Amino acid sequence: MPSYSRVTLVLLALGFAALALFPLVGETFYIRFFTKIMIYALFAMSLDLLVGYAGLVSLGHAAFFGVATYTVAGFIDKLGIADGFLILPAALAVAAICAAVIGWISIRTTGVYFIMITLALAQMLYYFFNDQLYWGGTDGMNISAKPLLALGGFTLVDLSNRVQFYYTALACLVTAFVMLSVLLRSPFGHALVGIRANEGRMRSLGYDVQRYKLVAFVVAGALAGLAGFLESSRATFATPAYLGWHESGHALMIVILGGMGTLYGPILGAFVLLLMEDYFATLTERWLLIEGLFVMAVALLMPEGLAGLPRRIAALRRRAPENGDG
Amino acid sequence: MSYFLIQTLNGVQYGFLLFLVASGLTLIFGIMGVINLAHGAFYMVGAYLAWWLAEKTGSLFLAVLMALPVTVLLGLVIERFGIRYLYKRDHLYQVLFTYGLILVLNEAQRVLFGNDVHGVPAPAWLAGTIRLSEAQTYPVYRLFISVTCVGVAAALYLLIQRTRLGMVIRAGATHRDMVAALGFDIARLFMIVFGLGAALAAFAGMIAAPANTVYPGMGDQILILSFVVVVIGGIGSIKGAFAGAMLVGVADTFGRVLLPQGAGVTVYAVMALVLLWRPQGLFGRTA
Repeated sequence: MPSYSRVTLVLLALGFAALALFPLVGETFYIRFFTKIMIYALFAMSLDLLVGYAGLVSLGHAAFFGVATYTVAGFIDKLGIADGFLILPAALAVAAICAAVIGWISIRTTGVYFIMITLALAQMLYYFFNDQLYWGGTDGMNISAKPLLALGGFTLVDLSNRVQFYYTALACLVTAFVMLSVLLRSPFGHALVGIRANEGRMRSLGYDVQRYKLVAFVVAGALAGLAGFLESSRATFATPAYLGWHESGHALMIVILGGMGTLYGPILGAFVLLLMEDYFATLTERWLLIEGLFVMAVALLMPEGLAGLPRRIAALRRRAPENGDG
Repeated sequence: MSYFLIQTLNGVQYGFLLFLVASGLTLIFGIMGVINLAHGAFYMVGAYLAWWLAEKTGSLFLAVLMALPVTVLLGLVIERFGIRYLYKRDHLYQVLFTYGLILVLNEAQRVLFGNDVHGVPAPAWLAGTIRLSEAQTYPVYRLFISVTCVGVAAALYLLIQRTRLGMVIRAGATHRDMVAALGFDIARLFMIVFGLGAALAAFAGMIAAPANTVYPGMGDQILILSFVVVVIGGIGSIKGAFAGAMLVGVADTFGRVLLPQGAGVTVYAVMALVLLWRPQGLFGRTA
């Protein structure tokens, strides 16, 4: 139910505009890197729909991201079909179907149960790809080509061109952001937030609570699939690690660092976390040590994330003079 | 036939180990309401300490004796300076905090002990095998693991059901405020429970070290399987953890033998089936 303040809207517009202008001035390395960041921002944003709005803390979200990467690999290298207009809907559909099945089982439960079950079921998909030699086992698969986005012989978007890929990722990110914002302003979004606030009341008001949760879970899964489609096209490989629970944990870090329940928070979080990881990695080989400590500090000290910082600072300011008077 | 027997023994032994890890997890959740992702990392810490100290001292028993207090202390410190501030917060923050803890502990292990896989020799008097048939034998050490786990499980049962501390722990799980009002120090109680849970997981890692190997990231797999155990058994139920652990141990072992291509999937399929039948787990109370 995001109704953004005017300041937030202006900042958002400026942020997206800056991203749109970046390839004109940015170095090649950073154009590639920002593309990756935007893909992870999209992935994290889809998780924010669950964590920040529906109150469903999923620790298995990477499964849907990962099955989409394998769908791309399967089409291109198993079936020999490179038509992006076939692969993209297929990747979304596979992710959505997996989300429907996993969601159907796990939304019967709440709280810690839900966390554990989403983790376990995602891990089941992880092992499915990890154990099957057909899918390349632990090494995963190299994808020999990028999906072709062409109509009647005319290439609409050339994904092997890094600038075009950058704008494709940006377009997907903005579209997803607008779409989710609209969705959350609709009666559906209000019902979802209502369920998180008081499930019992929504049920007694006659809402089919389980169905709302399942729809949210499937939408989030399909969007994660879109991110997976982009990621496998970018990296040209698919590995079980994409489905693994460290990927899910990483996405959760992005969501909370940026500020959950805001949709734009995950974009902020993705940029900050991935740039920071990149910087830590230049400092020491043991950068995960720093990242771990950082995440623990965020969990303890910054529950509202970066997006919540202005509000916290404002609250502190407001309190300060009162204390002085008293 | 004896082949079947060996696999069953292996499954049960694995189940006992899982039970030690999962009972700590379910205890910490049931009593403190905290979800601890770093529980598997304690298992890893235990295994590495056992390997390192056994190599230094030449005795696994000495190593376990020295490592146990270290892991209890680790648990107490983590509770005191981290987990304590998250009791009243959403599970989400507990997940994030303990996930960060995993990254730190895994990376610390790599810094201190490197990336190599290590074997730990079983103590000489347990190194033999038992002959089951003409061609098949069973290692004594694996039997020893099962027996030890039964001992620990019995001690845990007695501690919780028969001692004053156990009584307070049980009361604290359901009536936290009342126990505090009666003058018990809840904060200290929770610290003890967390230390106990950490020690259980670490102890499992220590005694499993000679039967398996010691390797980086070994805590992850045991953590996720413990989750499956807890989900199957019902959260907060020690009895459920035991049933779940046996089911998972046996299912995993037979899955590996009968369906090598689908080995990893078997356990999760069992979990999904149990959940469809009983969403609250075998011994769970309905929420």
